[in-house]
Amino acid sequence: MNSLSLSYLRQLEAESIDIMREVAAEFKNPVMLYSVGKDSSVMVRLAQKAFYPGRIPFPLMHVDTGYKFPEMYEFRDEFCKKIDATLIVERNEEWIARGCHPLKMGVDKCCSYLKTGALLDALRKHGFDAAIGGARREEEKSRAKERVFSLRDSFGQWDPKNQRPELWDIYNTRINEDESMRVFPLSNWTEKDIWQYIKSENIPVVPIYFAQEREVIVRNGILIPVSSCSTGQEYTQTDIVHVKTKKIICRFRSLGCIPCTGAIASKAITFDEIISEVRTTTKSERENRVIDLTSDSSMEQKKKEGYF
Amino acid sequence: MPTGEKSLLRFVTTGSVDDGKSTLIGRLLYETKSIFEDQYTAIEKTSKKKGLKEVELAYLLDGLAAEREQGITIDVAYRYFETEKRKFIITDSPGHVQYTKNMVTGASKADCAVILIDARNGVLTQSKRHGFLISLLQIPHLIVAVNKMDLMDYSQEVFSRVVEEYTDYSQKLDIHDIVFIPVSALKGDNVAVKSKKMPWYEGTTLLHNLEKLNVSADRNLVDFRFPVQYVLRPSADFRGFAGKIVSGTISPSEEVVALPSGKITSIKTINTYDGELTEAFAPQSVVLTLNDEIDVSRGDMIVRKKNLPLIESSLEAIICWMNDEPMTINSSFIMKHTTRSVRASVKSIVYKIDVNTLHRQPAETFSLNDIGRVELKLAAPIFFDPYKINHATGRFILIDPLTNKTVAAGMIRDASRHVEDYVPAETKEGVKQKKSPHTVWRDYHIGLAEREKQSGHKAVVLWFTGLSGSGKSTIAMKLERQLFERGYKTAMLDGDIIRHGLCSDLAFSTADRKENIRRAGETARLFFEHGNIVLCTFISPFKEDRNFVRNLFDTGRFVEIYVDCPIDECQKRDPNGLYKKARSGQIPGFTGIDSPYEAPGKPELTLDTQKCSVDKCVDVIEEFLLKRKMIAKPKK
Repeated sequence: MNSLSLSYLRQLEAESIDIMREVAAEFKNPVMLYSVGKDSSVMVRLAQKAFYPGRIPFPLMHVDTGYKFPEMYEFRDEFCKKIDATLIVERNEEWIARGCHPLKMGVDKCCSYLKTGALLDALRKHGFDAAIGGARREEEKSRAKERVFSLRDSFGQWDPKNQRPELWDIYNTRINEDESMRVFPLSNWTEKDIWQYIKSENIPVVPIYFAQEREVIVRNGILIPVSSCSTGQEYTQTDIVHVKTKKIICRFRSLGCIPCTGAIASKAITFDEIISEVRTTTKSERENRVIDLTSDSSMEQKKKEGYF
Repeated sequence: MPTGEKSLLRFVTTGSVDDGKSTLIGRLLYETKSIFEDQYTAIEKTSKKKGLKEVELAYLLDGLAAEREQGITIDVAYRYFETEKRKFIITDSPGHVQYTKNMVTGASKADCAVILIDARNGVLTQSKRHGFLISLLQIPHLIVAVNKMDLMDYSQEVFSRVVEEYTDYSQKLDIHDIVFIPVSALKGDNVAVKSKKMPWYEGTTLLHNLEKLNVSADRNLVDFRFPVQYVLRPSADFRGFAGKIVSGTISPSEEVVALPSGKITSIKTINTYDGELTEAFAPQSVVLTLNDEIDVSRGDMIVRKKNLPLIESSLEAIICWMNDEPMTINSSFIMKHTTRSVRASVKSIVYKIDVNTLHRQPAETFSLNDIGRVELKLAAPIFFDPYKINHATGRFILIDPLTNKTVAAGMIRDASRHVEDYVPAETKEGVKQKKSPHTVWRDYHIGLAEREKQSGHKAVVLWFTGLSGSGKSTIAMKLERQLFERGYKTAMLDGDIIRHGLCSDLAFSTADRKENIRRAGETARLFFEHGNIVLCTFISPFKEDRNFVRNLFDTGRFVEIYVDCPIDECQKRDPNGLYKKARSGQIPGFTGIDSPYEAPGKPELTLDTQKCSVDKCVDVIEEFLLKRKMIAKPKK
């Protein structure tokens, strides 16, 4: 590789930086959706690079469901403090108080209230006109159809049949007053790229991406970690005893809410081991995400409702 | 090779319906182990639900419910895979519904295009259209995969026929690197594994071709262009300009100029999060600091002092119309070009290109998927290079200010403004098949517009046609002297002089006369492109030949002047005694004696030299040029 060419990781990096600067330059009140996972970690690093030596010129916002792993909350607060980022945490308090839970309301409804609903409320509340998200096209087939700059109507909805053509690297950032933009700077990154980049940049990630022994419940073939919220509030601790649990060495490939995030059996405890695991796996990254499995178009449906 | 060091290749795939594109992509993903079990299970479920016997690989690509419902691909989709050597991004561009819009969108970022052709059907119109769009977008590499070879007994003859037909067609296009590969996507022949069924094929597999393609040479690393994207002012003592180097390279201490202010300064540092750089190049995203405090903001461009882009507020461009509502003249848009947004309106439609025949035709409007050339007027100048020279600064989008929709993709043409590049030779009269179809058209690095700006007048070709002795040279010489003395840049091409040098190998047969005029026309074009008023005096007896020359220039830039004088009067004048020689048989094929002269049907000007004096004729031409704003009124 000669000195005037960029490796593919550096090309992806340059593209993502370009996208984030475009957002900062063209929107009045942008925000970065920060979900604490590995993609968010990479996205934050790219934002640091885009505006260095300045600070990241927009806040990070975590839309919390209350069902995240304790390690995620701990990591989030420490990480944001360390990098001197402004963090906003928003929750759908009304539905959390009502005890909204996937086992009670169904996965789709629960997501709709605690994630999509909370996100849309938060965007409205703060008047954000652009929200940068870490979704990647490789993750899921409807996301493969996404634009980098994805227009949303006043209800935050995606209209997949009516997308603006996106040409070269010229992004149409124009919106009407009641509309907003979702922006995906990691569109062209794959799970492999993310890990490769985390390794080469030594980016901190939530420790539960690495393998350790955990107690899990096997639900529909998915290894759900045992925790007070695994089965919902109306079930008492004793109910867990009736469910078969087992101890297994495992890690998380993708992080979500505890009741809906499966672990995968794995012994990977270093970046290299994770990378080599990702390279040889025969399962997709979101195989253990219950929210994607309710139907062949579940993600598309959620996106149409305003999910990112 | 460590994964992070791999190179990146973006390619677009396209083909007609049922050419097997989805199968081919499915095959590439499968062979590179990029299809996951759970994704496969999901499409297996869907296939079963639809009552299909076999798993439909296309469902992997059809990400939208509506696409799976209707069994068609509606929108561009992106797929990713990697091999030991390279990471690939596939842009899958549907071939049938709204093919132009999707194809242009999909191909806009591609380094390479893969066109599928069904071996059973051979080269279809659709395959030609795809080639045309690839040529239009200047994608440097094309791979034609001739698919379904298994259904044609892996016949070499079938393959050769496609190769021959497509090669023939592609010579009319501006594509310089074409590879043909016989494949069977279904059986896997020559996709990732070399086929044993086609020992006659000496090339390598599709995947191998994609892996070895050298794309780093396709970048423009000469012309440094840095559109300022965002100004960073984290503290009082730091002011940096963030942006992407879209072409060229730059180092600290190099002298630069900021546009549009024209202020000159030099690069102080090239900053990145990972440290300062001693050299930066396209497509890196960096932060530049400058040695002087000059006013620079988003939308400005930093370039080298000795390598400037064009700075214009009216330009010509090829646009692809992508909106459901048709475009009309004088419609107003927002043009987004690099990081600059300006108001733009369409002044005129020069022509529309029929994508099937490549013919140019006049048009009043553009509807969805139409492609053609327009003149645009901008509210403020932009800094650009012709698309051919520099993709990054030669392209733009048009946005409807009311709906905010992206309505067109545009590629700025250079000042030379020729369509020959994509209009096939045989559709124009009198053009010879190029014997060097692979020579690359290079644009003049100083464009016509820039030259005209400096000289203060337009370039134009004045073509004097008429019988020998009609007065062509006399009038032209007088006119040239007047213009020259008033400071105009002029050039004179005289038939006799040309025949003594450039065309001394030619006689007076029809074929030789044709070639004589072709050379004269091309020479005139060279002078024209350099900003001259070019006066050409040629008998040029044949309409066809004159029309050939006319077609070399934009409308209005070629002025045909018929110097009309009856043959008897010319014979009487006979300034060089040529008529006498011709009549005595010493010059065979002399125009007016034993070779015809075809008078122009609709010349811009006709000068009757039997009735008018030389001075009067010169006045008439000057009047004409004044009216057309080619020249200014002489100062008294």
